[in-house]
Amino acid sequence: MLKELGITFLNTIRDVAPIVLLIAIFQIFIIKKSIPNLKNVVFGVVLVIFGLTFFLMGLEQALFPVGELMAKQLSNPDFIGANYSGSLSDWQAYYWVYIFAALIGFSTTIAEPSLYAVAVKANEVSGGTIGTFNLRLVVAIGVAFALVVGTYRIVVGDSLATYIMVGYIIVMIQTLFVKKDLVALAYDSGGVTTSTVTVPIVAALGLGLASVVPGRNPALDGFGLIALASVFPIITVLGYAQMNDLIKYLIKFKKIIS
Amino acid sequence: MILKIIGNIAGKLKTSFFDLLPIILVVSFFQIVVLQQPFPNLFEILVGLVFVVVGLMLFVEGLEIGLFPIGENLSYSLVKKGSLFWLLLFSFLIGFSTTIAEPALIAVAKKAAEIAVESDLIKPEIESSYAFGLRLSVAISVGLAILMGIWRIIKGWPIYYLIIGGYIMVIVMTLFAPEEIIGIAYDAGGVTTSTITVPLVAALGVGLATVIEGRSPLTDGFGLIAFASLLPMIFVMGYGMLIF
Repeated sequence: MLKELGITFLNTIRDVAPIVLLIAIFQIFIIKKSIPNLKNVVFGVVLVIFGLTFFLMGLEQALFPVGELMAKQLSNPDFIGANYSGSLSDWQAYYWVYIFAALIGFSTTIAEPSLYAVAVKANEVSGGTIGTFNLRLVVAIGVAFALVVGTYRIVVGDSLATYIMVGYIIVMIQTLFVKKDLVALAYDSGGVTTSTVTVPIVAALGLGLASVVPGRNPALDGFGLIALASVFPIITVLGYAQMNDLIKYLIKFKKIIS
Repeated sequence: MILKIIGNIAGKLKTSFFDLLPIILVVSFFQIVVLQQPFPNLFEILVGLVFVVVGLMLFVEGLEIGLFPIGENLSYSLVKKGSLFWLLLFSFLIGFSTTIAEPALIAVAKKAAEIAVESDLIKPEIESSYAFGLRLSVAISVGLAILMGIWRIIKGWPIYYLIIGGYIMVIVMTLFAPEEIIGIAYDAGGVTTSTITVPLVAALGVGLATVIEGRSPLTDGFGLIAFASLLPMIFVMGYGMLIF
């Protein structure tokens, strides 16, 4: 373990070095000023290196194993009780996996701090149409749905590309029919959903599932949960905005009629 | 000063713990109520979780004390300096270097390399260089994405051109890339932009939008993240075509 710690530490220094070099070189040679608060900067870099080292160690010890373990336990034949035949019609046998995926996706997204920041901005841009809490709710539903679809896809072994393409096409069609201010924001909400803690667990869940379900190959089928989790929230956020517009339109329409 | 740091650290500890809390709750619920089984290796996992919380806390605290202020400061000076060449070079390099240090990407690349070795796609000797190659492709593409995004803000192009162009490129590459790389390539898009990249890049975008007339930091700054998750898909698929 100590040896591993040492290796991780050295690798981390290598990983952080580019940022430090970049900032130092630009500050000294291009801007030609000395670095303000040099002490703080150095202290910050040291913290970053130690923090990243600890995080990576913990990842290996906790986050990866937990994701894998949950996938294996919940799809264990003893637990699901069904004699899974490997045929398509048996995908229901894995329903606990879907429920688990949905809960993990929903709960981690609702609690995600960077999503909160986006939600506040969304509220401003939309002129109050999109409430802060509602946006977070809508994004979280998108992520939960994405993980359910993604785990289902791993169980049945469909092509990931098809799912993503369908997602893109829906996004493109929605983009045509929504207030332009909101588009960039909706796109971004897809990118910020998956936090540093969630990504490893979700990745391990998918890969673990693909290694347990008969006939699946982790290298081919195990990925894609994170990809889907960045497309689906765009769809739900755009959909939410469109629904709001529609309701407003209907209310107006009603008033005109009466 | 010391009191302030301790206060900060306690706050960060709370934040990273709350990051983890939903996961702990959902996992324990399943273990106790649904599976009704004791948790294997509970002690090791708890120690690992403490590492994760402490590690993330130190990492974020370090970014906020050291790197974010100087990064913002530097972005602002560069924008004011008005040299397009240095600004674009800086945009590329900031995207590249922050992606190399991105924890979630390190995690996923590592896992992908392990899986590739287990399924005999690559030789065990090149496991770590494969993982690094994945991260390098992602880092180069994020750098390019930021560069193009900054160029877009200067030119005032709508973001849709870039995004729809990106989608089309992803579709075209999917047709040609080897099957084994597609999953990881798509996932790489989702993990690129989180802890470090977003705040630094946002500072650059907002700085630019406030300096150039007729740009609003609110709408022009956005969309960059979305574009920065499309290019990595394209580049990782390209990397796969080279490797497999």
